[in-house]
Amino acid sequence: MSLTHYLVLAAILFVIGALAVLVRRNALVALMGVELMLNAGNLMLVTFARMHGNLEGQVLAFFVMVVAAAEVVIGLAIVVAIFRTRNSASIDDVDLLRN
Amino acid sequence: MDTVNLAWLLVAIPLASATLLLLLGRASDRWGHWLGLLSSAVPAVLAIVILAEMLGVSDGERSVRVHMFDWITAGDFTVRAGLLVDPLSITFALLITVVGTLIHLYSVGYMAQDPDRRRFFAYLNLFVASMLVLVLGDSFALLFVGWEGVGLASYLLIGFWNQRSDYAVAAKKAFIMNRVGDMGMLVAMMAMFATFGSVDYETVFNAVPGTNEGVLTVIGLVLLLAACGKSAQVPLQAWLGDAMAGPTPVSALIHAATMVTAGVYLIVRSGAIFEAAPAAQLVVVIVGAVTLLFGAIVGTSKDDIKKALAASTMSQIGYMVLAAGLGPVGYAFAIFHLVTHGFFKAGLFLGAGSVMHAMNDDVNMRQFGALRTVMKVTWVTFALGWLAILGVPPFSGFWSKDLIIEAAFSGTGWQPWVFGGAALLGAGITALYMSRLYFMTFHGKARWHLPAQQGPGPERDPKEVGWTMTVPMIILAAGSVALGLVLYQGVPFLGFLESVTGTEAPDPVLPRWLLITLTMVLVVLGALIAFREFAVRDVPLEAPRGSALTRAARADLYGDTINETLVMRPGQVLTRTLVATDRGAVDGAVHGVARMTGALGQSLRKLQSGYARNYAATMVIGVIVVLVLVLATRV
Repeated sequence: MSLTHYLVLAAILFVIGALAVLVRRNALVALMGVELMLNAGNLMLVTFARMHGNLEGQVLAFFVMVVAAAEVVIGLAIVVAIFRTRNSASIDDVDLLRN
Repeated sequence: MDTVNLAWLLVAIPLASATLLLLLGRASDRWGHWLGLLSSAVPAVLAIVILAEMLGVSDGERSVRVHMFDWITAGDFTVRAGLLVDPLSITFALLITVVGTLIHLYSVGYMAQDPDRRRFFAYLNLFVASMLVLVLGDSFALLFVGWEGVGLASYLLIGFWNQRSDYAVAAKKAFIMNRVGDMGMLVAMMAMFATFGSVDYETVFNAVPGTNEGVLTVIGLVLLLAACGKSAQVPLQAWLGDAMAGPTPVSALIHAATMVTAGVYLIVRSGAIFEAAPAAQLVVVIVGAVTLLFGAIVGTSKDDIKKALAASTMSQIGYMVLAAGLGPVGYAFAIFHLVTHGFFKAGLFLGAGSVMHAMNDDVNMRQFGALRTVMKVTWVTFALGWLAILGVPPFSGFWSKDLIIEAAFSGTGWQPWVFGGAALLGAGITALYMSRLYFMTFHGKARWHLPAQQGPGPERDPKEVGWTMTVPMIILAAGSVALGLVLYQGVPFLGFLESVTGTEAPDPVLPRWLLITLTMVLVVLGALIAFREFAVRDVPLEAPRGSALTRAARADLYGDTINETLVMRPGQVLTRTLVATDRGAVDGAVHGVARMTGALGQSLRKLQSGYARNYAATMVIGVIVVLVLVLATRV
């Protein structure tokens, strides 16, 4: 297993995540896409930590997980709140940012 | 010298009265006119006391400066407000307060039927106060305060009956034409400040010797412009005829005796500047000569009794300006004529006012005639004023006008012949138009009771007016008779003025007796023509068409047309162009920038869709672009 394999896998994961955010209307799927991108980043961090033989990358990956957890909590809370008022979880129904 | 320190009261009393009457409003309607009269009479008495005191000391000590307060203080620059009491200013102060008091008294009767009599007296007091500031101030700055004050009072009083729009327009016309002159005054003060560093009489006049003649000529010419505006001299003469819209006492006080003579005062006071600038002096004389003929010619054709008198005032002030432009030889004569003219012209105006009272405020002389039979006092007083303005010896006008004619004939080269000739000719025309006015009004056949002349108003029933109106007329008539003789022969009035004006005996190119004879011949000739035309023959009720000159004179020698063509229309074109430029260029630029910013915002606004996925896509694309750029530059 060379470095290239890890990098390609991370890139594939990131692109899938980004596409999920851009293409899917469902807010939950979009959030999952965000998680996927973050985890692609995490994979890179851990990979390079292993390659260089120190722990800094791994520590940073933990931080990312914590932040991701918090972000998901807030994101899901917003989704629930919107669902309660509008009865919909579609991102495109929420265009209030324009006005 | 003690009373002189109270000179500020001369100004303060009428000013306080004016303020009080205006602030109290209707509450003072019942006694306001008596307060107004009193606050003109007290300064008159005070001025007489100051004069008596002045006569008690020697020539050199007669000029007193009374410091009042520091007006403007900024760093080491100070303008002091002080009064200058000297023979010249006290002469004016006396003329203003004495004639002013008589006219206040006359107004009590004249304005009796007017519901706004109190306001009228408040304005009259304001005028007296401003006029006294004008003549008593010891610097050009303070003179300017009075200058503007009398302009304001004149405006308010011309437009006193401003419910009639043509009267209001006349007031505005006077105000605006005066503004042109005031501009000259301001420029003169700025030039003085730039040259001498002060506008104080003493500093300025002491600094005149050794100053560049060109600068002095410019200052002299702008001062003359100021004088022309205030004194209705050509080319700023057109407002005076319309100013007759004001109540007749106003015409007598402001537009005959005092305010319009302020220009003469200014020229005489600034004598030091004019003497050092012969070119400016020559222009003064030319303006005076032109105006005296201009006014006289206009006067010959006017059927409106007040406008004829106004033209006559213009012409008589032309005499004074002419004399004032001659230098020390003429200053004292100008002031002398100013004083006698103040008396007889005020008397004539008051007479005209009482005639108007009897004629239901009609001013058309063609509808008067034979009033001597019904208005004895008015007739006699008017006749005495008429003889005085004609310059018949020994009435006042003779002494003063004769001296001016003599002075005009003094000098060398072509000037005495031209200016003297103008003055002489003017005297003849004066006799013609004043006699015309007098005969049309008081002699010939009565034309006021003809059925055709009875308008919708009450039937005309001319009666003599009440005592408040006859007493001033009698006193002024006495002045018209005797003042000239008394001031010339009785008391050395001209010598009294000398300490201010300097002196120089006139040296006419023709002998004095010949000049007097010539003047008298012309005067008698003028009067006889008028007698034949307007007393012996019937005066037509409708003005005949007349010659081209008559029609021109009737239209004020096209003064208004000239103003409109030369100033008003180009001015209108200029303002319209400026407005268009402002709208097109200035506003266009501002609005254009705003519209451009708005359009930009409108187009950028479309980027903001509000959809979270669009923003996310933008971010992704942005990141990719940045990455590509970074990687591309690193290769």
